[in-house]
Amino acid sequence: MAWTWFHRFGSPPYFYRVAGTLTPWFAWPAGVLCVAGLVAGLALAPPDYQQGDGFRIIYVHAPAAWLSLMVYTVMAVSAAVGLIWRMPVAHALSAACPVIGASFTFVALVTGSLWGRPMWGTFWEWDPRLTSELLLLFLYLGYMWIRSAIEDTARADRASAVLAIVGVVNVPIIHYSVLWWNSLHQAPSVMKLGRPTMPASMLVPLLMMLLGFTLYFAALLLVRARGELLRRERSTRWVAEVIGGAGP
Amino acid sequence: MSARVPVLQAGLRLMSRDLRLAMRRAGDWLQPLVFFLVVTTLFPLALNPELSRLRDVAPGALWVAGLLSSLLALELLFREDSLDGSLEQLAISGVPFAWLLWAKTVAHWLLTGLPLVLVAPLAATALGAPAAAIPGVLAALLLGSLALSQLGAIGAALTLGLRRSGVLQAVIVLPLAVPVLIFGARATALAIAGEPIAPPLYLLGALVVLGVTLAPLAAAAAVRISLE
Amino acid sequence: MQFLRMGGYAAYVWPSVLLTVAVVLLNVHWARRSARAALAVARRRIALQRGADA
Repeated sequence: MAWTWFHRFGSPPYFYRVAGTLTPWFAWPAGVLCVAGLVAGLALAPPDYQQGDGFRIIYVHAPAAWLSLMVYTVMAVSAAVGLIWRMPVAHALSAACPVIGASFTFVALVTGSLWGRPMWGTFWEWDPRLTSELLLLFLYLGYMWIRSAIEDTARADRASAVLAIVGVVNVPIIHYSVLWWNSLHQAPSVMKLGRPTMPASMLVPLLMMLLGFTLYFAALLLVRARGELLRRERSTRWVAEVIGGAGP
Repeated sequence: MSARVPVLQAGLRLMSRDLRLAMRRAGDWLQPLVFFLVVTTLFPLALNPELSRLRDVAPGALWVAGLLSSLLALELLFREDSLDGSLEQLAISGVPFAWLLWAKTVAHWLLTGLPLVLVAPLAATALGAPAAAIPGVLAALLLGSLALSQLGAIGAALTLGLRRSGVLQAVIVLPLAVPVLIFGARATALAIAGEPIAPPLYLLGALVVLGVTLAPLAAAAAVRISLE
Repeated sequence: MQFLRMGGYAAYVWPSVLLTVAVVLLNVHWARRSARAALAVARRRIALQRGADA
């Protein structure tokens, strides 16, 4: 049952069509959730016991950091699927990820350091989270760079897939080693909010933002992946029928 | 019908062939070593030549210099064989490719990594490390250089034949090498401070085992992709 | 007003929010641009193909 679904999605014309239909179903809820979540987080949630209104950066920092990790995982998993099953759809999905992932890793880094400045006193600290995020950014850049360095799309897909897989194996190792390294050097107190658990009025907007950003990524992914698929399949018949005929 | 060469023998033959070929162009293979020494020399020049102060920087300096030289040395791993087609021959030879690549990487390490390890006591002492620290420094760099060779092979394999691949290799390999750097430098620092180095050394050893088992598989896949 | 001042943390909160919103919108723009370019490439290829077949 799962296999038929898997192979159906692997079929380029099917994916192209379904992705186009699904996109608005992700995009609109994403927009609503993000706007509502942001407004609620910035205006409605009560100030934090320790950090006052400064904690509100979490409503943009946490979704960005979440996205940076999730996108990398999607990138690596779809790359692996593409490599093993030789699926253009999977490669297209993987190729659609890095720009999104890298830009939100950057956002996570900047918002993280802006959050750190009033809390720790400096814009940058080599704390485990920021350091791991920085290394993640380098992993994304390496992936993007090797793709652009190889002209043949098939070779680029497969080489970058190997890199993504090696990278994803490494991400937990890197994270753990940075954590271990940091624990030795009297790390500054990790950002903690005033109360041991977040009250609902703080938590709900955060969850809305996290879900909203996830749906937003899904929409972006589908839009980009369709384009990537077209690039890879442009000399096939189904593309000629879909594009040349009635249009997208 | 060619006789099937036993796998072990094939690997060893490849290793000895690589070593013999390298001896013909020994100059090439000395360059990473010289680079290592030059970079280590830069640290006292850029910082403070006082040995007691240098001691604090020594682990970092040794490891950064070691990492950078192993990156430079990567160029030598596949260059000759990819130019004359031997690499392709190896890929289609029927002998497990990952094993052959592992043999190549070991030969490469013997020529580039091991000399670094042997010279390291000199460099470490020059950076203020006490004599008692040397065994620990050696152990850490030995394990670290092995792991770096394996990781580097993946980077070299992915960028085979690409223009200006050197910097790209660096950007690919360096983030992956961070755990090795962290544990290795920590072990070195502990050795210099005279404290037990077992914990980071074990972790480093675990990374080496992981690298030795998985990296050749990734490198083999990467070489096949690059050769298509 | 308290909202804009963010309890004194305005200089950290607002740039963070603005950066995030900017990147969110930029990504939408980039994604659509990439998809459009791919469509154009495909159309060109089809037109070439049709020209060659004719």
